[in-house]
Amino acid sequence: MGMGKTFAEKILSRKAGREVRAGDIVVVSPDYCISHENSASICTTFSSLTDRVWDPSKIVITLDHTVPAPAPEYANGHAVIRRFAKEQGLCHFYDLNCHGGICHQIICQEGYSAPGRLIVGADSHTCTAGALGAFATGIGRSEMASVWACGEIWLKVPETIRVYVTGRLKPGVCAKDFILYLAGLLGAGGAGYKCLEFDGPGIGRMTVADRMTLCNMGIEMDAKAAVCRPDEKTEKYLQEAGASDYTAIWADEDAVYKRTLEIDLADIVPAVAKPSRVDNYAPAREVQGEEIDQAFIGACTNGRIEDLRAAAAVLAGRQVAVRTIIMPASCKVLEQALAEGLIQTFVAAGCTVMPPGCGPCVGASGGVLGDGECCISTSNRNFVGRMGSRRSRVYLASPITVAASALEGEISCWESEEQNGTEDF
Amino acid sequence: MRGKVIKYGDNVSTDAIIAGKYTKTLKVQDLADHAMEDLDPDFHEKVKTRRIIAAGTYFGCGSSREQAPTALKAAGIECILAKEFARIFYRNAINVGLCVAQCDTSRIGEEDEIEFSPGDRCVKNHTTKEEIPVAKMPEIMVDILAAGGVVPYYRSRQE
Repeated sequence: MGMGKTFAEKILSRKAGREVRAGDIVVVSPDYCISHENSASICTTFSSLTDRVWDPSKIVITLDHTVPAPAPEYANGHAVIRRFAKEQGLCHFYDLNCHGGICHQIICQEGYSAPGRLIVGADSHTCTAGALGAFATGIGRSEMASVWACGEIWLKVPETIRVYVTGRLKPGVCAKDFILYLAGLLGAGGAGYKCLEFDGPGIGRMTVADRMTLCNMGIEMDAKAAVCRPDEKTEKYLQEAGASDYTAIWADEDAVYKRTLEIDLADIVPAVAKPSRVDNYAPAREVQGEEIDQAFIGACTNGRIEDLRAAAAVLAGRQVAVRTIIMPASCKVLEQALAEGLIQTFVAAGCTVMPPGCGPCVGASGGVLGDGECCISTSNRNFVGRMGSRRSRVYLASPITVAASALEGEISCWESEEQNGTEDF
Repeated sequence: MRGKVIKYGDNVSTDAIIAGKYTKTLKVQDLADHAMEDLDPDFHEKVKTRRIIAAGTYFGCGSSREQAPTALKAAGIECILAKEFARIFYRNAINVGLCVAQCDTSRIGEEDEIEFSPGDRCVKNHTTKEEIPVAKMPEIMVDILAAGGVVPYYRSRQE
């Protein structure tokens, strides 16, 4: 039996300043805290505790869930946050005029997440930031108020499931198909209270964008955190993001795991999660022909430039058969998509291009579903009522499968020799 | 506390507990009014006489919205028993001072009379005359729950 430590044990030992193992409780100080519109509520709770945040340089706030404000209540919430950010001198507030976007995109893109860092966020998809080698975990709003006040949080050191990935994705298959497969395999609660450690040559071949898709959906298996082994792609990404002053950390060779899975990417096929569970996995082929009313490409799962490129390659020169919403994950992604002509491709294909944000994924703004409607979406959740009416249904899929389905008005698989997913070589 | 049970199945998501479209409010009563509406239209009728939820696995999965336990607590729920909780929901429930306990709920039926208080090692089912062991909670969570949530806990530490 190995004596080594997992990534989670090593990073939390370092942060706690003592040697800890899975099951131990640590009190640690995060490198960054993320929150979004729920900051309005956090501010209110915070104000009942104290009057100055512990460190205004460690708090990152974006407006993303309801932008631009679709109703006065949302505008009022935004105003509360704006005022608070100014009063407290917060250094990293991404208002609508600040080149922001979805908080999980910003935390990676702007260099906040980096190997060996500890990030807590008042959003379940905070685990996305693990794609760059950070330990990133979601918490609630009251707890975030207490972290803003005292700069500390208690965490139980999680056990770890190691996912060792080999092989290459086949043409037309995406990282999303792999993570939908894993959700089906482990089940919706299958990584509960655990860290998912992604490693192996298959992960090494994936882009950082793909790794973000994987870690993003860690929470859909109830993982406390999800992380990919940092490598030269991570370094290159971080250089562009302007991140510095971090010390990478990774699991020991003889770390002790709760469970180890080995998956060959060559076995992965275009997939969906059928309504209304994330682990309701099916190969896309099995549900081909299912009629849809809307297609959505975006969200913190798949709203990156690589995802938009993959969708645009499918849609170029064709016309969508149903309403199709495209939502870049950030202003930077939108700028890139404009520069590359992708936005023109989408508009020419009949798509509705929306400003960066969460959009219909959370069912609170632009593009929600009506009674009896069916949507195929690149987002991460398909629970009953998630994207609108409780009588609507949502299929989750990759940007390629969603784009191909948008063209047909029914769930379809993309068949093309030159299509290579979002993998780069 | 002692009371009767409302029974739910597996995988009750936070979207089902309180839909995203209602989360904008800062008024607790608004949350209570819409609690469970996509899952159980009779919830508000049930909660008039029953204050304990017994559920299956993975209760509170999905979004980290703290409004989920807040909505249930404001609607009158005093305790949730489940085979397994989604991690963030469990933590949030304790942080808002809502009692949660992990135990084998397969032996608890609709309207059973249950007795449980934080710190108890067993749930008493007075209907079936059974005692069901409860999973141990980290001490810090017991302290936060005893304080009534993370905010009063933090205040008590400041003093």
